[in-house]
Amino acid sequence: MGASFLLLAIVLGISLGTVKVPILSTIQILLAQIFPFVSLDGVDQMHVNIVSNIRLPRVILAGLVGAALAIAGAAFQGLLRNPLADPYTLGVSSGASVGAVVTLFFQLSLPVIGAFTLPVLSILFSFITIFLVLGFAQKIERSMRVETIILTGIIFSSFLGALISLMIALTGEELRQIIGWLLGSVSMRGWVYIKIILPFFLIGSAILIFNGKELNAMSFGEERAHHLGVNVQRRKHIILMAGSMLTGSAVAVSGTIGFVGLVIPHLARMLWGPDHKHLLPLSILTGSAFLILADLVSRTIIAPIELPIGVITALVGAPVFAVILLKTRAERSG
Amino acid sequence: MRSSYLKQEQKEVVNMLHIQHVSGGYAGHSIVKDISFEVNKGEMLGILGPNGSGKTTLLKIISGILPASEGTISIDGNKLSDYSPKELAKLIAVLPQHAADPFSYTVKETISLGRYAHQRGWFHSWSKEDEETVLRVMEQTGTLSLQDRNIQDLSGGERQRVYLAQALAQEPRILLLDEPTNHLDLSYQKELFDLLKKWSKECELMVVSIFHDLNLAGLYCDRLLLLQEGKIVIEDTPNEVLKQERIQTVYHTKIAKQPHPKVPVPQMVLLPGWENELIDEIYQVDPSVIQASSERIVVKTEQPLKTMSSGVIGSGTGWYQNFVNRHVDKTYNCSDHKQEMAHYLERNGFLPGETVGMMTAVKLEDVSYKLYIDGQVSIFVVVTAGVGNAIDASVMDREVFDNKPGTINTWIFVNGELSEEAFIQSIMTATEVKVKVLQNEEVLDLNTGTLATGTSTDSILIAATQKGTSIEYAGSFTQLGRLISRGVFECTTEAIRKSRLRKEGMS
Repeated sequence: MGASFLLLAIVLGISLGTVKVPILSTIQILLAQIFPFVSLDGVDQMHVNIVSNIRLPRVILAGLVGAALAIAGAAFQGLLRNPLADPYTLGVSSGASVGAVVTLFFQLSLPVIGAFTLPVLSILFSFITIFLVLGFAQKIERSMRVETIILTGIIFSSFLGALISLMIALTGEELRQIIGWLLGSVSMRGWVYIKIILPFFLIGSAILIFNGKELNAMSFGEERAHHLGVNVQRRKHIILMAGSMLTGSAVAVSGTIGFVGLVIPHLARMLWGPDHKHLLPLSILTGSAFLILADLVSRTIIAPIELPIGVITALVGAPVFAVILLKTRAERSG
Repeated sequence: MRSSYLKQEQKEVVNMLHIQHVSGGYAGHSIVKDISFEVNKGEMLGILGPNGSGKTTLLKIISGILPASEGTISIDGNKLSDYSPKELAKLIAVLPQHAADPFSYTVKETISLGRYAHQRGWFHSWSKEDEETVLRVMEQTGTLSLQDRNIQDLSGGERQRVYLAQALAQEPRILLLDEPTNHLDLSYQKELFDLLKKWSKECELMVVSIFHDLNLAGLYCDRLLLLQEGKIVIEDTPNEVLKQERIQTVYHTKIAKQPHPKVPVPQMVLLPGWENELIDEIYQVDPSVIQASSERIVVKTEQPLKTMSSGVIGSGTGWYQNFVNRHVDKTYNCSDHKQEMAHYLERNGFLPGETVGMMTAVKLEDVSYKLYIDGQVSIFVVVTAGVGNAIDASVMDREVFDNKPGTINTWIFVNGELSEEAFIQSIMTATEVKVKVLQNEEVLDLNTGTLATGTSTDSILIAATQKGTSIEYAGSFTQLGRLISRGVFECTTEAIRKSRLRKEGMS
């Protein structure tokens, strides 16, 4: 069900837009991309160009970002035993944002990597942030209980958020660029950005999926997990690192896109249960499909103007989340 | 038998949990100090102690949640700190006081997590053995029927059983429990510990459990460990540990100890604060409480009295405030006289649970009663006596049993606080005096022609206010003993004479 939802989203995301590509042509072009023997007879060459150079990379990037944010969110929620936790709670995405804003503000361009300066600095900053958060939490309390980690994350988030605001206040002509980036977008990124996020996405997701059982145990509390035989300290670090890697790489390529990491794991848990062995892969599928559709809406709803994708996810995500919250409340008291 | 078993085990370190000089706590501050004890296989050890005495901390150190700052914990001679978390989980399982369950796992998913430590490989493949173990523990804990339910929808008791099943699915050799009966009602408490006791013997499980309930601990544990301010006060059998004075000092509260009615273990009962207030207002039983008619003699007291009696209803020891001596016809013959008596009492407005009821065929007009006072101690004696059925109890092999009317019912109400011993001595003294009265009055056993010692249906009742003067002994030479001697002698003599006079008058 999750997979077919994703396939549908991909096809829709590719075929719809300012130029509509017929569904059949879309499928044909997609198949041709994967299997070189599929012929492109009878397909408009302009459609082929639009799909393979603009739409396909855009949809794939949206899918990867959505998947990364959703699986990281699912893992953070399980680990922190807090259904309201998401990749932003730990300050990781704020860290990544600071990295990006610093790049834009100082017009940085590092040698060798050049155009990749922004994503590379973003990921770097997200790692620095998670190390600082964990180090700080450990300073407060050696056993680093989740409450301490969440509090530390919130402290860092607010501080880094203030740093970003400071830079925006001091900024001149780069303002629009920074704001646009902060609101998040997957447009005009091309295949290069996919190459940036893909390795991080694969490694991070694999690590999390291999830790599904441990996440199950840890969602019953760290002491419980310890009693069940989980090496809590080590697993906690591994999961936090993998989650930060996913969040950092997603923020690096697309800016800050909220609510995906919060709402999608919830939705997946409601539909398929809380077992992380299924929850994590399903979060990937649903998260990517959701962001592809959100991107589709953002560029078609008032075309030719494109809305920032973060606006769409928040506009859709917040009410959906409120309804979920109300429903679960009613169920529990009922 | 148990002690020989212990000795045999102590020779080897195999199958034993050793705690040696363990101290530990939080952030450099030791909460438990220098604790040493051991647990053998198949044994249940209870940890007791007031709040803040370090029970939970000790359990956390044993389970590896908190590090021991000093000392070692070992099983079979191997230090626990040398085990990996997974290996440890196959040895020790913990039943938590309360587990957080923020997500809606099903019961079976939750229990299956207990198999985590037994699974191998990156994908933790689920083996046939895992499935069988989970099914077995679900059956043992009665959670099989709940398996597809959501744990968030379960009651506290059901949830506790699910987590017990999870712990058992680990197939541990040591089971640690932190006040496991916290959320359980009475029947589940019993069920849980019956099961644990059974498993501890059958599966040679070592069970270490924290208890709030001293009585539950005394009922089920082989040994108890009493903690106070992080140190062991005593570690011994329940009978040794649960001493009234010790528990009062450690828990800083007033309690009393009494034997369990069925099994040889001590039970501690709380003494409520209002008990002290009642002590101040001295309640005295005096002749004003008696209402006598030809149908029944009733003593109704304002407060319940601690009573030891051989009545038809309310016999044995208990607290009662109605005392009824009922006249029945000499032809009274009922197959279930207890039931009939209970109905009679209810019909006449006495709650059987608050009443001691006796019967007699003697005319109640011949009752004799009087208040006897000696300084602080006073007793009120009520006697009805008929000797038509008098027998000599020392002659055992009598041939005929005459069912003639005649019963001596002796009631002694004591204004004072009697020890159990004093109750028994009161009965002895009263009986001795009764026998003497029968001798003085030359009452004969008509079958044997010897002096009678009583009738075949005599009853006695000692009821004390349990307030005022504390009376430890009631032998015939004590203050109370003398009062009883005098009172029973005078009243019984008078009652017998009245009864005989009436018979003579009638004939």
